[in-house]
Amino acid sequence: MKLVLKNGYVYDPANGVNGEKMDIFIENGKIVEEVSGAKEIDCSGMLVMPGGVEIHSHIAGGKVNTARLMRPEDHLRNVAPRTSVTRSVCGYSTPSTFLTGYAYSKMGYTTAFTAALPPLMARHTHEELHDIPMLDKGALTVMGNNWLIMHYLSEGRIEHACAYAAWLLRATKGYAIKAVNPGGSEAWGWGRDVRSLDDRVPHFDITPREIIRGLMEINERLSLPHSVHLHPNNLGRVGNFTTTLETLELTRDVKPSRERQVLQLTHAQFHSYGGDSWRNFSSEAESIAKAVNSSDRLVLDMGQVVFGDTTTMTADGPMEYYLSSLTGLKWANKDIELETAPGVTPFVYSEKSPVSGVQWAIGLELALLVESPEKVMLTTDHPNGAPFFTYPKIVAWLMSAKSREEVLERLHRAAQKNTVLGSIDREYGWSEICWVTRTAQARSLGLESKGHLGVGADADVAVYRIDPESTDPARDYEAVERAFSATALTVKGGEVVVRDGEVVKVVSGRTLYVDAGVGEELEREVLKDVDYYFKRFYTVNLANYPVQEVYLTSPEAVKVDSGVR
Amino acid sequence: MRVTHRDVVCSFCGTLCDDIEVDVEDGRIAEVRHACRIGTTKFLSASRHEHRLLKPMVRENGRLKEVSLEEAVERAAEILAGAQRPLLYGWSSTSCEAQSVGIELAEVLGGVIDNTSTVCHGPSTIAVHEAGFISCTLGEVKNRADLVIYWGANPMHAHPRHLSRYSIYPRGYFRERGHQDRTLVVVDVRRTDTARLAQKFVRVQPGRDYELISALRAVVNGRKLPMDEVAGVSREDIEELAEMMKSCSFGVLFFGMGLTQSPGRHRNIDNAICLVRDLNTYTKFVIMPMRGHYNVVGFSEVLSWQAGFPFAVDFSKGYAWYNPGETTANDVLQRGECDAMLVVASDPVSNFPKPSVENMLKMPIVAIDVHPTPTTMVADVVIPAAIAGIEVEGTAYRMDVVPLRLRKVVEPPEGVLSDVEVLQRILERVKEIKG
Amino acid sequence: MKELVLRPLEQPACGLSAESISCDVFAGKSVEEIEALEVYSGNRRRRLGDFFSVSGEAGDTPGETRIVIEGDVPRTKWIGRGMSAGEILVKGSTGMYTGAWMRGGRILVQGSVDSFAGMMMSGGELEVQGDAGDYLGCAYRGEWRGMRGGSILVHGNAGTEAGHCLSGGRVTVMGRAESFAGVRMRSGLLVLGSAESRVGAQMTGGSIVVLSRTEMLPSFELVDRVSSPEIEGVSFEGVFEVYAGDLAERNPKGRVYLKVE
Repeated sequence: MKLVLKNGYVYDPANGVNGEKMDIFIENGKIVEEVSGAKEIDCSGMLVMPGGVEIHSHIAGGKVNTARLMRPEDHLRNVAPRTSVTRSVCGYSTPSTFLTGYAYSKMGYTTAFTAALPPLMARHTHEELHDIPMLDKGALTVMGNNWLIMHYLSEGRIEHACAYAAWLLRATKGYAIKAVNPGGSEAWGWGRDVRSLDDRVPHFDITPREIIRGLMEINERLSLPHSVHLHPNNLGRVGNFTTTLETLELTRDVKPSRERQVLQLTHAQFHSYGGDSWRNFSSEAESIAKAVNSSDRLVLDMGQVVFGDTTTMTADGPMEYYLSSLTGLKWANKDIELETAPGVTPFVYSEKSPVSGVQWAIGLELALLVESPEKVMLTTDHPNGAPFFTYPKIVAWLMSAKSREEVLERLHRAAQKNTVLGSIDREYGWSEICWVTRTAQARSLGLESKGHLGVGADADVAVYRIDPESTDPARDYEAVERAFSATALTVKGGEVVVRDGEVVKVVSGRTLYVDAGVGEELEREVLKDVDYYFKRFYTVNLANYPVQEVYLTSPEAVKVDSGVR
Repeated sequence: MRVTHRDVVCSFCGTLCDDIEVDVEDGRIAEVRHACRIGTTKFLSASRHEHRLLKPMVRENGRLKEVSLEEAVERAAEILAGAQRPLLYGWSSTSCEAQSVGIELAEVLGGVIDNTSTVCHGPSTIAVHEAGFISCTLGEVKNRADLVIYWGANPMHAHPRHLSRYSIYPRGYFRERGHQDRTLVVVDVRRTDTARLAQKFVRVQPGRDYELISALRAVVNGRKLPMDEVAGVSREDIEELAEMMKSCSFGVLFFGMGLTQSPGRHRNIDNAICLVRDLNTYTKFVIMPMRGHYNVVGFSEVLSWQAGFPFAVDFSKGYAWYNPGETTANDVLQRGECDAMLVVASDPVSNFPKPSVENMLKMPIVAIDVHPTPTTMVADVVIPAAIAGIEVEGTAYRMDVVPLRLRKVVEPPEGVLSDVEVLQRILERVKEIKG
Repeated sequence: MKELVLRPLEQPACGLSAESISCDVFAGKSVEEIEALEVYSGNRRRRLGDFFSVSGEAGDTPGETRIVIEGDVPRTKWIGRGMSAGEILVKGSTGMYTGAWMRGGRILVQGSVDSFAGMMMSGGELEVQGDAGDYLGCAYRGEWRGMRGGSILVHGNAGTEAGHCLSGGRVTVMGRAESFAGVRMRSGLLVLGSAESRVGAQMTGGSIVVLSRTEMLPSFELVDRVSSPEIEGVSFEGVFEVYAGDLAERNPKGRVYLKVE
């Protein structure tokens, strides 16, 4: 299969290409130097970028589906019947799996990672990933409240912790180590939480600080492609920025094993709150951005808020309880034995609410105050800040101070008073947009063949119907939003899958997971502990726990030899 | 030659025990260990082929006649593709993989798809839409629970290993002495065998559960009851129960069809979930339905991620529409709003109310099942299927939504395909007919 | 005001989904265009003209359009869905979802309506001279923001859960309402001739008036006794017991008035 995308304005900042008019050659699913006799598609006057890479989005698994089940009213919006190519779809903040694939693809995305995979539920997550078409996929395995991890770390048995984490990634077919409210979700097993890095986790001789530091050490000893992906403690709490800063400090004594960060601060917006009550709730984006600017070991994704009706969901059980008790709305909770505690509750971000307004501003402030776009990733923590369909709006806000001002004027005055967004005149260019929607994600995840268009890269390409030469995004932000909502072409693995915003071909994509090797002797010892845990505390047999390959669409193991013995 | 299969998952009830050992000798199941008597019977009867459906059949001149699989599939596809509003029903005793094909079939046909939860825990699902769902996996109960309540449920009979594997008897991480570390409470209209084991039994008047829950909630939330008795339970008993609930360190309320199918139905569950929510102000409390069929949960899961809704989905207009009361199997049947039926792994002729069955008898029925049933006896097309979890692999979800891989221990009878394969053949043929 | 007359021809076998019977859709259209409007009979896309003979003339705007259905259409669903203005008169009974998501205008049904009539209504008037099925003036599944404006008047009886999640507007059932009337109600006014049981269950706001005695849930508290009260802007004759509830909920502000004399 050969293809040439001709004459587009190409943005591939990872390879130093910034808007040059050039051709992209594709053969056998890869970008190549040149091809002959290939089908040519004229892209003149259009914007060409690598396929989008989603790094943090709740698209598959137990709590996503609990949200769907709990919110039929969400599914009345956005329905479409079956076509000759696509399945029927529905859902807004909790879209069906099919819609998830189609909608990302229409926006030019070709890869997506689901934000949290609880090990016991891994099979469920993969069943849903199997039913998300159009994308290469991966999942982040949650470990921040895992009993065995906490035991090993509290006993100082770091090699054992490494071997167990490696086994868990393999057993769950996960791609990276995720931690959610470390220690807090275990405390939630008793209806409690941890509120500082030095609170002790009830019944476990460990603190959040020790868990986070331990996970980073595990991650670097195993030399995993991605860093630890952290949802810190105190999400969504007034004044939580001090916890966040203390957490970021912990990266100082962690040496990266690869050329990448050692910590991804995920949905940073929810962790950058100042004030001491909801009445003087304010932005601390400047403090967080400063910490990120001064370190080469940190990256963040935004967790941007967009106004409207959405669903919050996270493996941070106590936080969902807290939020639902503020709103009085329905609440789902799903504690998972020995592992984690997801929760779900609907939420409405209102332009009239002072809190929502400040939250909206914080996400954008973070993206604009962190100097290097290589350290910023555009996310809404879908659907927590907003459904992912809203990304084109956020692209427009990043590119246009005027568009931000227009929103700011409509909001409660707190959004102006308690943030600095109004004083920021920085506007992103196309290269920066490329960084924050694909290239930075691919780097952070260690995906060498994604996020760029160099020879050998996956032939995942997005072509947007907008002329970067003649468009002034600062003024024509509506045109930017339109263009990013529906590609002229999305190419996945060398095939045209979307044309003029319509899915024309359904492909299934690959599932990526990490297979990190450790010493055999060590692994045997750890498996003895695992076996004991299953016999005593789990309610499924060990033999029925690991996810069989049959659940994965085109599995692709990223093999790592860690050297841990 | 005897082969032992270990870690086998029992595909009978929602408890989905996965520690079963099955000995197979000469291709037949010889012995089953660890399973309860119901599960053991299911395993052993699989190999008694004289009780199975073995050949596809099509009704001709009023009689079922053996035909080739191709003929049966052709006839099934014609019936379904020709219908204005086919109803695809059953699904709770088969794998997620089969359910998934069934959902696409419903979508292609423009039909209504519904499962057995419509007559068991459908009300629980409707309640979740309004109140949410405060739950956990069963290991949380095993490791932490010190107060276990069964309300309108009798696991001693319906889920025989539930108490020993998950709730009362197992030793857990924080409950090292097993049942000595826990209190068992049963609320029911009569003293069941489960109630006989309980430290506290609360007898509620039939059909008055809602009032009792409302009273409990008022007391939990600090109100004084103005009456001496609610639903046959004294104020003192209500206050004592409320205090037990508030003062435990991890409580769980398991509920069964005594609560979902008595007057109030989904409202009982809504109120019970709200009670559990109230209790979380004081302590840790969770709630869980005692699901019956082994993969009734899986159907809701697959349908939710593929079509957005958990049961009773109508694809008449090409996209999913859901509203129990209209799109639920019995409502569709009793209003005469469907004109053909596909029944998979279920026996609605035996289980549905009379008005539904009367209308069923007026329309062509395609049945896919393992054993002959009253439904297969009245069907126009009958296609035998292999047993998921014994003869074919697949996925099933436990009552706490934990997914497990079903294992295969013996070959299906010769010529008998899995539900998945049968449904795929019908789907392919329907796609051809529909163009 | 111009008038269009629909005479039922065939009664559809599997029910008829007829969202297009609405003044908003008919306005500005010719008889031929109206006959060609899409309806669904099960999974078959059909023409409105297959099920109704159409005569008369539509107004230029919804507000200038009146639709008369000459007869019983108990299997026709979604009449007047989302309508914003104009009038529909049905000289018979209708199927489910009559006036669902209605925003304005008026629907008068001389017979009865099936379940889910007035679901998610936000304005306009729905009057039913016969009975209503279950879920009169309800919220859609899972939606906590139910009917928030307009009024529904049923001269006969209503099924279960009338005024479910009511969040504004007024629902009146002159006859008897089955159990759970006003369940999870948040605001607005629900008036019932009589109520079977569990009235106001889990309500957090709004007022329910029952013009006869009924058994209250144990989580309601008798707080007052009033005569000839004005409730949500409406005057009522007689002596009423006032119950506060549902005290199972947190911060409940609901009131149930039972007429005792």
